This record gives sequence, structure tokens and C-alpha cells, in this order.
Amino acid sequence: MSANHDRANLLEVRGLTKIFGTLTACDHIDLNIAKGEIHALLGENGAGKSTLVKMLFGSLEPNSGEIFWDGKAVRITSPGVAKKLGIGMVFQHFSLFEALTAAENIALSLNDGSPISTIAAKARALSYSYGLPLDPESLVGDLSVGERQRIEIIRCLLQTPQLIILDEPTSVLTPQEADKLFETLERLRAEGKSILYISHRLEEVKRICDRATVLRHGKVVGHCNPRQETAASLARMMVGNEVKAVVRAPAEGIETAPALLEIRGLTRKPATPFAIPLKNINLTVRAGEVIGIAGVAGNGQGEFFESVSGEVLQQDAGSVRIRGKDAGALSITGRRLMGAAFVPEERLGHGAAPRMKLSENLLLSRHATDGKSFVGSGGMVRNGSVYSAAQRIITAMDVRKSAPDPEAAALSGGNLQKFIVGRELDRKPSVMVVNQPTWGVDAGAAAHIRQALIELARSGSAVLVISQDLDELFELSDAIAVMHNGVLSAPLPIAEATFEKIGLLMGGAEPGHAEHTMETA
Amino acid sequence: MDITVNILLTIATAATPLLIAAIGELVVERSGVLNLGVEGMMIMGAVGGFGAGYLTGSPWIGLLAAIIVGALFSLLFAVMTLSLATNQVATGLSLTLLGLGLSGMIGTSFVGQPGVRLPNLDIPGLSSIPVVGRLIFGQDPVFYISIALTAAVMWFLFRTRIGLTLRSIGDSHSSAHALGIKVIRYRYLAVIFGGACAGLAGGHLSLVYTPQWVENMSAGRGWIALALVVFASWRPWRVLAGAYIFGAVWIGQLHAQAFGIPVPSQFLSSLPYLATIVVLVLISRNKRLTMMNTPASLGQPFVPDR
Repeated sequence: MSANHDRANLLEVRGLTKIFGTLTACDHIDLNIAKGEIHALLGENGAGKSTLVKMLFGSLEPNSGEIFWDGKAVRITSPGVAKKLGIGMVFQHFSLFEALTAAENIALSLNDGSPISTIAAKARALSYSYGLPLDPESLVGDLSVGERQRIEIIRCLLQTPQLIILDEPTSVLTPQEADKLFETLERLRAEGKSILYISHRLEEVKRICDRATVLRHGKVVGHCNPRQETAASLARMMVGNEVKAVVRAPAEGIETAPALLEIRGLTRKPATPFAIPLKNINLTVRAGEVIGIAGVAGNGQGEFFESVSGEVLQQDAGSVRIRGKDAGALSITGRRLMGAAFVPEERLGHGAAPRMKLSENLLLSRHATDGKSFVGSGGMVRNGSVYSAAQRIITAMDVRKSAPDPEAAALSGGNLQKFIVGRELDRKPSVMVVNQPTWGVDAGAAAHIRQALIELARSGSAVLVISQDLDELFELSDAIAVMHNGVLSAPLPIAEATFEKIGLLMGGAEPGHAEHTMETA
Repeated sequence: MDITVNILLTIATAATPLLIAAIGELVVERSGVLNLGVEGMMIMGAVGGFGAGYLTGSPWIGLLAAIIVGALFSLLFAVMTLSLATNQVATGLSLTLLGLGLSGMIGTSFVGQPGVRLPNLDIPGLSSIPVVGRLIFGQDPVFYISIALTAAVMWFLFRTRIGLTLRSIGDSHSSAHALGIKVIRYRYLAVIFGGACAGLAGGHLSLVYTPQWVENMSAGRGWIALALVVFASWRPWRVLAGAYIFGAVWIGQLHAQAFGIPVPSQFLSSLPYLATIVVLVLISRNKRLTMMNTPASLGQPFVPDR
């Protein structure tokens, strides 16, 4: 427990509480941020970090508690008030408008009446001085996630804030982009600005943060100096107990194993103007191996998953082959019947029907493959066996819930993800394709899901994992391929893969990708 | 020559109410709200405008009343969908049904009564230029309003900060809220503006187009205005083009029917719709541009979390 008493506090929070219905998202939070420090806010998903910063930025109103700014009690009733005080925010889920240009986006958050062209010039100058080059005339819908984040940061800096709140800023960046961000943050600290840095990536917190406040279940469980802690000790504070490390035995004899999932020359035109076209993708996943696909969000991974899962059908039936047979023209159910299983990225709406019970969701996805056990003679649903299968999955994956068979929407994101992954694993599929397997899942459950995927592969299935989380891919995969701008690189065996190599590929270092051209309105 | 000028004049008269109602709805939809009650607001404006004009004898008071009635009627929609977050499609449809019924009831005593007509506004000097003079400078006042309104909305949406804010709300209301923009307030103002426009369009029908009250006299024009907004991909000048194409083909097919051209009249009557759709689809072939102009949060209720 070390605190910086030598510097004045810019922001002090005492007993801040926010209650949603029966859930106390933030329970008497105390937090001090000194001038010129980078302060980390650590915690699992659902620990109350986002709720806390939304209260600091005026998007949410606290039920009780006090906030002091520069020693004076303040009430932050709206984002406008927060901005006037000198609080700037870079959001986790970008608050940008896709159909507008970067300059227009910036203008919207500045309350002065200066013309767009002046703002564009200022933004351009500022962005170059911080080494975050930005073209103010470009349309946000055309930009990569990293570039969008630049807009957010520049927009925030143009308001000359004293305190900058960054909510999970690196979760969408390549390692190189993250380095660039850290340089910017260190420069801002040198200028005397304070930064509240929210993350669950412990290595980067150790690297750049001066102090940390750890939240668990809406309560502050500790303050520390992250530089004096290890990643494991920080994780213990966040989770409350030890996190089991994932074990991956080396895969053997993969080269001769049968190819269970083959992608041959998969090409897809963009379905919408902001979608990414897929260009001649080739990939083979053999029995017993886990292949990871890395890439910055929005480089075609979603489009690729849709094509592989059968959410979108291909013209060329041979472009997707499952267990040696053409599957490109088959629907999701058709591909499932061939032994494949799919876990999409969006849980609500794609992975599960929100207003239906877990057992009903189980029936929806497996009525065809498990027709014998779930559906009886005359097409009558065997509710009993569906229910017991759902309970089996719930137990196997340790899904925490408030009712025996709740609606999917009633579960937290992480628990629903455990159920959805469990639902597919329970079938012992011979081909498993997962998009973002542990996005928003707490560390303990994430380790469980990853271990289960590795075990599925080692028992003779082919597993394909698409993820933005590089740590996860390095833990899971036997080889990693990188998707950039709709092109998939050749898989790099894990023994040869490094963060740097993968990061360069994520940034498009491989030749053969063209910058998309701009078209103006 | 005179016949041609007269035909062209009727085209402008047919296009004006469509243009005004559609421009109003365009602003509403740009803010992310889908108000399917245009037809209802229009007919309420028509009956209100006729009634006020008939009772006071002044078509100008009638026109003002039409605007106010349209705006007040849209306020009902705004309270339901914005403050109470009801489904916009259902609420808009019921607004249309309510408007059609209510106007019929209010207008019972107006049926068959002589109305007042808004006089043409001849611009001195200019209106005596042959052909063009009468066409452009000798029209009814609402025609001038409709053109000025289109230009003003274009300037407002794409050249002013408030217009930019309005478009941003239509693109993503949650992002706008996160920036501290008062989403609900903007949407209220947009909906009321749309209502006032629909009311004015209705007033044009009962004070200029056919200066009398007939039940259901809007005859589906509100729906055409709604369709124009979508087919014009939410762009003002395209709405103007669409309204005039519709008006031209509408008048053209009426004359064709009168000449007894050996084509089924049902086909001729459907021509304005077909022609408008074909032309607007052709000019909005650029999918990317269409996507950029489509308000992404259109029709989604917004409830800010506090």
C-alpha cells in the first residue's frame, strides 16, 4: 500500500455508490488521483470499472457519494459539466459517428462555434505533434479501429483536459500501436496531466502506471504500486483467488493427420460499403490442432466467420470443406450435421436468442444434430431431455445464474459465453470454429474455456479460434495466422511466432494489401 | 404555348405539397425518428387550414392554422415515442389513422362549403417575362415557401453546427448521448418541425390546390412523401427532384387519360409511382453514398440510462 502523498490530488472520490435495481455496481468507492500521475483502475469484467468512470464523466448519476475536483466538492451532472471541469474521456466502445468525417466528429464534442475547417487544421496539427497522424477529412466508417481511437484521443486532447480517462484503450490495438499510445501517455504525464487508465492487461499496467486501485464486485479491494507487484499478484487481487494457468501439450503427428476443415480460395465481396472484402483465403486445420487467427478488429474476421459458419453461403461450394466434403453451399444446420460447431462473436442475437431460456437456446442450435435425443416421434420436443442436457452443460462449464433455467439475456456476458461454448463442446464436434472465445469473460472462466478448447483438439478435433487477444492466441494455438484487410497470412507455427512478428502482420506489413481509396460525398 | 405553361403550372402545384411534407419528414428521419404519421398530420393540417380560412375569411390565417395544427398533432407523436419510448412504427400508423378519422369528424360541417384560396403572388416585373415569368415568378406563395424551405434545410443540415449535431444523433444516438448532446430535445424539435411541414402541405391542399374540404383529400400524398424521403436517400435536392418527377408524370398521365390513349387507365395511374421509383433508384446507385446518408439509428427508441 503505497500512496503518493507528496503531490496534490486532482480528483478525490469518496463513497461513490451506484445501484441498478438489485445490483450494486459500485459500492462506496474511494479513489484519489494525483496531479501528473497515471493511475490504473483494475478489475474483472463486471467489477464496476465502467460504471465508476461513467459517473466521473457525468454519463451516469451516482446514488450517493462525493466527488472533489481540485479540493472543491463538485456535482458532475452531465458530460458537458465534466468537460468544463477538465475531464476528458476516451471510450471503450467508441462514441464516434461512422457516417461523418473525423473533423465533424471532433467538432461535435467541442462546444465552440469555430468552423469545421479551423477544427480540422487544429486536429491535424495536434495529431502530428503527438505522432498520431490523422486525416481530418476521412470518413470514420473507412478507418481502422486504431485510427478511430486516434480520433477519440485527439478529440479529447483538443479540449485541453487535466484528467484523461481511458477505458480499455489497448484492447483493439496492435502491439506497435499500443507502444505508440504509451509514448503519448508518458508525454501527457510529463506535461502534468493526470490519466485514469482502465485495463485488465496487467503487463501494460505494470509498465506505465504509477499507482493502481483494484475493484472486485463493485468494491475497492486494494491500492498498490503496480511496479512492485507481479502480474500474478495483481491477478490474484482482481480475481480473489489463484488463476490456473492453461496447459498445452505439444501436438504430435499433425502433419499426417487428416484435414478436417479446409478453406480453398475463399473470396467474398463486401456486403455493405463499410464491410471488408475477403480475398482468396486458404487455410487447413487438421485433426488435433488449434489454429489461431489474429488481427485488429474489423479486418474481415467477422466476414470470414460468417462464411465459414454458413451464416452467409458461398458461390463456390468447394471454398469451405468440412471433413473432406464440400460445405460452401450448405446452411449452418447442414454444416453442423457434418460435425462442425460454431460460436459467433455476438452472444445475444447470434449465439443465443436473448429472451429464450437456456434450454430453449440449446434446442434451437442442436435440434438437428441431436434430433434423436431431443425430438421424439411426431416431432414432439422432449423437454425433459433438453432440460437435463442444459443442466449438464451448466454444471460442466460452471455457469453462474439466478434461476435453474434462466433467459439468456438474464446471464452476465461471461456466464452466457461459458454456456454457449459449453453447448457446442458438449457435442464433441470434430470441427470447432470460435470467434472471440473469451471476450468479456473473467480470467478464471477464460482459462477454463481455453483449456477445454485445447483438450477438444487433442482428442482429435480441428479447432479454429479467431481472437483479438494476442495473449489468448499464444496460450491456445499451435499456429497463428493473421488477417489484415481481408487477406489471411500463412499460419506461423507457435515456435516461430513472436508478438513482434504477429504485430507487424496485424499492421499490414505483408505486401499485397492495398489502401482503400476514399470517395467523397 | 399557353397550354404548355398551364400544364407546367399544375405540375408545380401537384409537387409542392409532396415536397414540403417530404422535406419535413427528411429532417425528422435525419434525427433518427421514423414518423409514419405524415398522412395523418397532413390531413389534420388540411382540415385545420380550411376551417380557419373559412371561419375568418383569411387564407393566410388558414395557412398559419394548418402549420400550427400539424405541429401540435406531431407533438402527440413526440410525447409517445420520445418521452414514453413507444414503438415508432405503431405510433406513426395510429397517428395516421387518428388523423384521418378526426379530420373527417371535424370537417363534417365544412363539406360543400366554399373555401378561400390563397392568391398567387406575382413578383412585379419578373412575372411578365414570357413563359418563364409565369412559371417561376407567378406562383402561389406556398410554392416559394417550398423552394426556400428545401434550400434552407439543405444549408441547415450540411452547413451548420446544429445540423451536424442533428445528423450525428440520427447516426448513433448512444454516441451522441455519451458526448452530452441532448438527444431527446433535438428529436422533439425535429418531429415538431416535420409536423409543421406536413400541416403546411395539408394547408396547401385545402387552400391552394383545391380550395375546399373533402374527406380524405390528402389521398395518400403523405405516404408518397414518406417514400420519397427513402428513395431520395435522405438528401434534400433529391427529394425536390423526386417530388417534381412525381408531379410531372402525375399530370402527364391525367392528360394522357383525357386524350384517350389506348392504354389501360390503371397502368397510367400507376406510372407516377413507377417513374419516381425508377429515377430515384437510378440516381442512388452509389451504395456507399446511400449508406453514408442513411440515418443508422432510424426508428430505434432511445432511453438514456442515468
